[in-house]
Amino acid sequence: MKITSPAKLRDTRNDLSGRQAEFSLTVTVCGGTGCRSSKSLAVFNAFNKELAKRGLSDSVRLIMSGCHGLCEKGPNVLIEPGSIYYCRVKPEWANEIVESTIQKGELIEKYMLIGLKTKESAGNQNGSQVHPYQVREILKNNGKIDPLDIGDYITHGGYESLSKALFELSPENVIEEIKKSRLRGRGGGGFPTGRKWESCRKIQADSKWVICNADEGDPGAFMDRSVLEGNPHVVIEGMIIGAYAVGAHGGRVYVRNEYPLAVHNLTVAIEQARKWGFIGENILGSGFNFDIRINRGGGAFVCGESTALMASLEGKPGEPRAKYIHTVEHGYRDEPTVLNNVETWANVPGIVLYGADKFRELGTEGSPGTKIFSLVGKINNSRLVEIPMGTTLRRLVEDIGGGVPNKKKVKAVQTGGPSGGCLPESLFDLQVDFDALTEAGSMMGSGGIIVMDEDTCMVDVAHYFIKFLVSESCGKCTPCREGLKEMDRILGKITKGEGESGDLNYLEELGEWMKAGSLCALGSSAPNPVLSTLNYFRDEYMMHIADNKCPAGVCKNLIEYHVIEKNCTGCTLCAKVCPTGAASGVTKQPHSIDTVLCIKCDECYKACKFEAIGK
Amino acid sequence: MAILANEIDIDLVDRIIDRSGSDPEALIGILQDIQTEWHYLPLPALSHIADRLGIPYNRVWAVVTFYEAFTLEPLGKYHIQICTGTACHVRGVAEIVRALEDELMIETGHTTPDGEFSLECAHCLGACSMGPVIAVGDEFFGHLTRSKALEIIEELRKRSGVDLK
Repeated sequence: MKITSPAKLRDTRNDLSGRQAEFSLTVTVCGGTGCRSSKSLAVFNAFNKELAKRGLSDSVRLIMSGCHGLCEKGPNVLIEPGSIYYCRVKPEWANEIVESTIQKGELIEKYMLIGLKTKESAGNQNGSQVHPYQVREILKNNGKIDPLDIGDYITHGGYESLSKALFELSPENVIEEIKKSRLRGRGGGGFPTGRKWESCRKIQADSKWVICNADEGDPGAFMDRSVLEGNPHVVIEGMIIGAYAVGAHGGRVYVRNEYPLAVHNLTVAIEQARKWGFIGENILGSGFNFDIRINRGGGAFVCGESTALMASLEGKPGEPRAKYIHTVEHGYRDEPTVLNNVETWANVPGIVLYGADKFRELGTEGSPGTKIFSLVGKINNSRLVEIPMGTTLRRLVEDIGGGVPNKKKVKAVQTGGPSGGCLPESLFDLQVDFDALTEAGSMMGSGGIIVMDEDTCMVDVAHYFIKFLVSESCGKCTPCREGLKEMDRILGKITKGEGESGDLNYLEELGEWMKAGSLCALGSSAPNPVLSTLNYFRDEYMMHIADNKCPAGVCKNLIEYHVIEKNCTGCTLCAKVCPTGAASGVTKQPHSIDTVLCIKCDECYKACKFEAIGK
Repeated sequence: MAILANEIDIDLVDRIIDRSGSDPEALIGILQDIQTEWHYLPLPALSHIADRLGIPYNRVWAVVTFYEAFTLEPLGKYHIQICTGTACHVRGVAEIVRALEDELMIETGHTTPDGEFSLECAHCLGACSMGPVIAVGDEFFGHLTRSKALEIIEELRKRSGVDLK
């Protein structure tokens, strides 16, 4: 069933929409990684069984979608129309939900998200209740469409943008529109996408490539994965438009092998797109040819760097090369190549279809549009969010993320992945965009935001990132390879209480040297976690060195657990959880901790409900 | 070579290579498929790949040792991935790593001598809302504490019918 012209695409869309209208209700079970790991597949199966049992399979549509974004409350189930949102759904509830909500139209309040507990407030899923302060442009179809069904994507306007590009715009027009939109690469660097495309367009060559970087290696980041899992066709459509614009006929998606669901959904999507005539020969009857192949990554962080990624695509170790040879001229297989990340490609269809002016209505002057973030760490609502650029960190952390759990004080956020930086609470009114974050000593990165509270030690966090980077540095250039090892050694010393007075200046000197001398962006941004924490949390470093104290109570060599007698009620909980018998005492009497037996595992501290454990 | 080759099903290796069109560019994918099949990279397969793709053995070796995803050591029956992503780190996963290493008496990256358990640190499993989290195969265990993690090991030992204590 190949679609061979724009007219046929419209007919197909009308036909599919008609068929979908035959369903009276749609039940969408979230199939994002977060919900799957809380067993949403069992929820899906329970609904499937329940609907079949009641003979509703033909009138109620049941789909498993991509990430809805409310990871903390998963598994999530959305019922349309009515936008009824049930959270932390258990398979056993399917019976009751089908009977009450689907058959009788009644809401079951106890299963609903707080704030959505009346029919009036249930509102639109895209509205303010489920996703307050968000503007879901890229994610708008995540949670609505079945990622394994190309028909669903087409029904929601899919491939209309491609049709427009191929039949109404010249490649130069497309590039002009992307340039006008001022779209910047969402992978971290923030390079203007239109300029990259234009440089590649201008080069005369028999063979050019477009590549999608889906090697999302930042720990704590799952934006690209969620887009690929929930709406793979939007990325494919963006790539085809990009290929048309620059004159490429081959595409590659380099995706993490650790994302099996993303690999699977993308594979199915590419097969379907080929079958329906959106990729392959003579796309939509336009005469344009383009095809895409998937390559699975080998689990190396450095392969997020464009030249390393291209080496990896060629079946070699992912080592970057010097930047003065531009990949738009000599990239993959030494041929002109445009590489963008998942979210950048996903922005393209919208810009082409609705125009650059519409895109620029959101976001800031220098960074238009929206950005997807994964908001995680010490936060009440770990979730996937999409906000206009320029939203403040405070809005993100407090209003969208619901603040820090257990009445703790928020201390910092870390942005930009392992080579990003930590920003203190005093900077939370900063408006998040590419330039503001860089100016503050961090970076946008691909969009992971990790929230830290007063129990997080900034020296330990810096050390954590440096250890990560030590193991991920490819080793090709000396400043990165040796600089990181030296930073690891010094930070190790400080966290053990062996720091010396000159260490901090030495770390800064090392950092500057690595920034100046490293071959690729991984090396030159690697000192960021150390430099930004030294800049904003120098006192904390000093306390480790001068006072042998870790104020956050993390660095094991610098803490000793003890019972704060005036708070202790003798509830015996600490003694119960202590694995070594170090915490002990008589019921209803203040307990004590034997520091010889104590292995500093923190179990008693976490268990105590009366703040009676000190460290 | 002939003796070593008998240890693994070379035909299967050939089928995997054929599927990728014997293309040196497909080396990483071929190695991934081999590892999916055997849960590690058997050495005889590596030399066979080099022969079939017409590339030097050291190129195969360079790729195998460069990428973190590849292992030359057989994985355990229960392959435990501990998420050490940033979100899990700030939620105290280091203590879980320590507890599991102590309990299983191996370091992460290794397999217990009885072949039951292997431990691996994964940079992010994408289940940040459940952190600290571990995955055993497809099964996720979240909101871990030291004692919860040890209970999971006990549970897995029971499933295995092995009582090591």
